[in-house]
Amino acid sequence: MSMQIQVRGVTKSYGAFHAVDNVTLDIRSGELLALLGPSGSGKTTLLRIIAGLEQPDRGQVLYGDEVMTNRAVRERNVGFVFQHYALFNHLTVFENIAFGLRVRKVKEAELRERVQRLLHLIRLEHLAQRLPSQLSGGQRQRVALARALAPEPRMLLLDEPFAALDTKVRQELRDWIRRLHDELKVTSIFVTHDQSEAFEIADRVVVTNVGRVEQVGTPEEIFERPANAFVLDFLGRVNVLHGQAEAGKVRLGRLEVPYPEYAKQTALPATGYVRHFELDVDKAPGLPGGVEARIVRITRVGFSSRLELLISGDEAVLHAEIDPGRFAALHLNVGDTVFVAPRKAHVFLKDPGDSPAAGTH
Amino acid sequence: MSQGPVAVAPAASAPARINAAPGFIRGALILVAVAFLGIFLLAPAFAVFAEAFSRGFAAYVAAISDAETRSAIGLTLLAAGIAVPLNMVLGLAAAWAIARFEFRGKSLLVTLLDLPFAVSPVIAGMVFVLLFGAQGLLGSFLSDRGIQIIFTPIAIVLTTSFVTFPFVARELIPFMEALGGEQEEAAVMLGASFWQTFFRVTLPNVKWGLLYGVILCNARAMGEFGAVSVVSGHIRGATNTLPLHVEILYNEYNFAAAFAVASLLLLLALLTLVAKRAVEWRVARQLAAGERAEAGEE
Repeated sequence: MSMQIQVRGVTKSYGAFHAVDNVTLDIRSGELLALLGPSGSGKTTLLRIIAGLEQPDRGQVLYGDEVMTNRAVRERNVGFVFQHYALFNHLTVFENIAFGLRVRKVKEAELRERVQRLLHLIRLEHLAQRLPSQLSGGQRQRVALARALAPEPRMLLLDEPFAALDTKVRQELRDWIRRLHDELKVTSIFVTHDQSEAFEIADRVVVTNVGRVEQVGTPEEIFERPANAFVLDFLGRVNVLHGQAEAGKVRLGRLEVPYPEYAKQTALPATGYVRHFELDVDKAPGLPGGVEARIVRITRVGFSSRLELLISGDEAVLHAEIDPGRFAALHLNVGDTVFVAPRKAHVFLKDPGDSPAAGTH
Repeated sequence: MSQGPVAVAPAASAPARINAAPGFIRGALILVAVAFLGIFLLAPAFAVFAEAFSRGFAAYVAAISDAETRSAIGLTLLAAGIAVPLNMVLGLAAAWAIARFEFRGKSLLVTLLDLPFAVSPVIAGMVFVLLFGAQGLLGSFLSDRGIQIIFTPIAIVLTTSFVTFPFVARELIPFMEALGGEQEEAAVMLGASFWQTFFRVTLPNVKWGLLYGVILCNARAMGEFGAVSVVSGHIRGATNTLPLHVEILYNEYNFAAAFAVASLLLLLALLTLVAKRAVEWRVARQLAAGERAEAGEE
């Protein structure tokens, strides 16, 4: 029942605004794919086009090898979960889940059995006769999911499924959806603006921005090899440093990192991205490429500590994140002088002629 | 999520503010309201019944079972019986179009929807005379084919439909907008056809708003005087509705009969108020449930 989906050159504009701009994408059969991007990046529009709720201006959507452009939504057999649940207010939990079976005229005995099985799956058997208004947000979202799964759809599309829930419920539902997907193996796409959500449960992540796809890959690929500055920036917790590339090196203020990709002698403007946790900190000098800095602030971020550092000499501000064990070992205090060096930097050259060349050291 | 407490706060503090007013101000306000109600509403209603029964119960029964009265009742029921279902369907269609779709001229349509309310009923009647009357735009076209509209029950039905058009759409638009399109989209995604979506999702969600509009529409359809007066021609036993019949009896100084017939309209009004109140109560409960649902507590 699982299904491969192909999106080919899909474009959708609202007036002058390009919500989806020539997007081509392959969704593999049985995978859990995340569409990740800031709000207004067109991810929800793309999801609605795949579902058939919006018509693309140009391009095609294929389920398997079948072009869906002119196929009615109701014939597509796609499960869709809305951000605000969209449960039927006037129907009980049972009847909400049964809806897709009733309109298909499924026999009563089979219908009861299937709804019961889904109620069991979402662990809400005891609330079958309640109305949606009597449920909590997390419970409603589970009912919405069971309702979408009832007609055994060939794919499941979820629009910001956790956005309206509080942190704890969100975490639980996240884990639960991942387990559910492993069990059912139905091709699923979910839209989110929360990178940790996407990276935690998706098999692959599609990073979108202003209607375009910036990068597609497994969470690891995207994390290890971000395709461009936007992706790096969007992933967050990164120091952005401007400088110059020259003769196999990039100078970013007083920091210097090797950059063998560019060996020419003419200097080119470059931007370096150093993630907070990829900036090494030590009290003693001796870090390769280390420069002196002063700690101006220490804040706790979850279990680790974040240091705000002022580079001595050029007064640039850097952030470093270090784990609790290392933090305790270093005995760091505000005002201390330390030595910092990037363990890794992502460098993008600004070359007017070329497209931005990416490189990693 | 934070909507819940915010929505509750004004309601909770409102009684405290009223209680803060000194006792005599409260008493005076209530007295004014009750006096007004008594003079302008209860006294006239009482007068209608007093006058209706002034010649005794037998005369009352005779007045309302008179052949011309029965004909007027029949025409009123006919006009309402056609105008109300017609406007129910048109109102649903208009509300659906306005609440669900974006199209050119939408705000113009919303404005025009209120035209029958904005214009004086006499003008509404005259519009139909101008259109269908002997000297009207379509007059010669119709008379050539031997069709008469003005001064017939057809004109009564047409005018009644015109003046009562906005009620259903006006009541439904906020309901449809509050409902939003998502539940309908969800139904279609689950495989429901257009009519399945309409009958299983849309209609159950807006039914109280629809009923409310229908009640108001019906009250106006049966009570309309000005517009139908212009197009009726006052032909006894043929083109008189109940309100027109009351006027004729009154002008003939047949006060007991006039008020007897008027009492029927008054009863209808009371019935409408009770029905309206009952529906409002249901609507308030439904909206409260909807708000709770939206607040998404926990």
